[in-house]
Amino acid sequence: MTPLVLNVTDVRYRWPGRAGFSLNVPAFSVMPGETVLLLGESGSGKSTLLSLICGTVSPDQGRIEVAGINIGTLSGGARDRFRAEQIGVIFQQFNLLPFGSVSDNILLPLRFAPNRRARAGDAKAAAAGLCAALSLPADVMQARAGTLSVGQQQRVAVARALIGEPPLIIADEPTSALDAGTQAAFLDLLFRQVSLQQAALLMVSHDARLGERFDRVIRIEDIAGIERPVA
Amino acid sequence: MILRLAIASLGARLLTVAMTVLAIALSVMLFLGVEKVRTGAKASFADTISGTSLIVGARSGSVQLLLYSVFRIGNATNNVTWQSYQDVAARPEVSWIVPISLGDSHRQFRVMGTTPAFFDHYKYRQGRSLKVAPGGALMEDLFDAVVGAEVAAALGYKPGDPIVVAHGLASFTEHDDLPFRISGVLERTGTPVDRTVIVSLKAIEAIHVDWKSGAKIPGRSTPADALREMELTPKAVTAALVGVKNPLQTFRLQRAINQYPEEPLMAVLPGVALQELWGIVGVAETALVAVSAMVVVTALIGMMATIFSSLSERRREMAIYRAMGARPLTIFGLLVTEAMLTAAAGALLGLVFLYIGLIIAQPIVDSAFGLWLPVTPPSLREVGILLGVIAAGAIVSLVPAVRAYRLSLADGMMIRN
Repeated sequence: MTPLVLNVTDVRYRWPGRAGFSLNVPAFSVMPGETVLLLGESGSGKSTLLSLICGTVSPDQGRIEVAGINIGTLSGGARDRFRAEQIGVIFQQFNLLPFGSVSDNILLPLRFAPNRRARAGDAKAAAAGLCAALSLPADVMQARAGTLSVGQQQRVAVARALIGEPPLIIADEPTSALDAGTQAAFLDLLFRQVSLQQAALLMVSHDARLGERFDRVIRIEDIAGIERPVA
Repeated sequence: MILRLAIASLGARLLTVAMTVLAIALSVMLFLGVEKVRTGAKASFADTISGTSLIVGARSGSVQLLLYSVFRIGNATNNVTWQSYQDVAARPEVSWIVPISLGDSHRQFRVMGTTPAFFDHYKYRQGRSLKVAPGGALMEDLFDAVVGAEVAAALGYKPGDPIVVAHGLASFTEHDDLPFRISGVLERTGTPVDRTVIVSLKAIEAIHVDWKSGAKIPGRSTPADALREMELTPKAVTAALVGVKNPLQTFRLQRAINQYPEEPLMAVLPGVALQELWGIVGVAETALVAVSAMVVVTALIGMMATIFSSLSERRREMAIYRAMGARPLTIFGLLVTEAMLTAAAGALLGLVFLYIGLIIAQPIVDSAFGLWLPVTPPSLREVGILLGVIAAGAIVSLVPAVRAYRLSLADGMMIRN
């Protein structure tokens, strides 16, 4: 049986400085190549869940396995490298270092992930190939990222998440900064590339209309509960 | 690539970074400039007299002998008799000897009697000789005088002008019956020679022929022409500059003079005495270095403040690095690297400013103060200072870097508000 690309079991996380508040995730998993939409309003714990999966915060109890590895067993530095190797991240907006070139921005995760760099082969060519596949202009590679339009920047962020073919792509409301027309085109490109690479996609959004493209749509309330102190 | 991004990030904050670099550059220029002036002054000072093996005078202290014989400050406690002078001159080690006779003055300047050999043997600044400015000449007549550049500048003298020597240093009695004529003005040297009126040793004797015990003998007045015919042998000189044939003999000669049985004499090595004197003067230089070092520290603390204030607006940047797999330690290193780049840019720019300043200021400072600031490649000490500034930049950046480390550890890839 192929291991799950993401498997969260019995996770409990207490927010520091907010006595009594905690996030509980009893069970949540994503299969390789699966596309999952996680719906939730702001303040529902989505961002914390993503941080837990990425390993930038650690749960107080429970297991989080990414690509078959329990990231709780890794040291802080090893978790950072593991994230670089296994996960491509796309933010809501301001994804890029505006002063860096597009090329540097795309290649940045490879700097921290030698195996992913090896998978990418000729990294510059791979980056250029992704840019072309994402309908970015040919001369975009040397442009300063800050000079691009928001839509172009989000596509560069997709290229950065996909380079070196990480098995899991995490996207945190990547379309919220785009207008409706660009949104659809962006999602078309994202889905085509994700399925080409057979990567799993976990996207977080509050917009239920996006759901029909995904293999699975989950509401965060169904997998995660927030405990509040009894008033 | 991280380094390239760090540079690009600095470039994105060009204005504040440029201000910081400028502040560091100016402070580094000041610091190195003080160093240059300090070493230049020290070298000029040490080069006040060169080529002379020993200074001989009556027994006192080495600094005192140096002060009155070279710097024309203070007075000799005693003179050296002509007999002793002749004995020293006759020693086999002696290659040349130049007598110096002090005691008279002209306005605020000292008058020094010596022989023409003084102009051959007195060297300053690594073997430079005294030169008479165009239009003048060395003494030819008994009553000729050569004046230093500062004397000429202060009193407006030019060759051909008459000059009257006063008896003693602060006296109302003048040798006005026997005026001198200025035969030449010396070019500026930056040494006490600039403030000296030089006449021949015989002339010093000549103006004192009619004097006894510091006062003029009433009714006696030998005419100048008669004096020119006289055999004028001094009874004593104030000091003498001595050159040896072989440098190895210097110490033997020094010992012999110090143990001269007929009269208490003393011989000092000019370099050693100059260093002793600099040891006294040098306290001010330490204060100067300390002040300019504080200016560098201030500039670096300014840089620290700038990095601190940039942290909040750069949390997004740090979150991106973290999401891409950078460790908090990488963020820490990034900030320290940026600080070092800033400090290095400041240090290099400061060096450039310094050399531009030196090239412009060198001739001006030389002619105005007689201070020679050599334009040489940075010394090992200066390179050390520059590296020290960069290292200090790295050290002060540790404080904001630790804060960035904590922030990026807490923020992770999401910015918590």
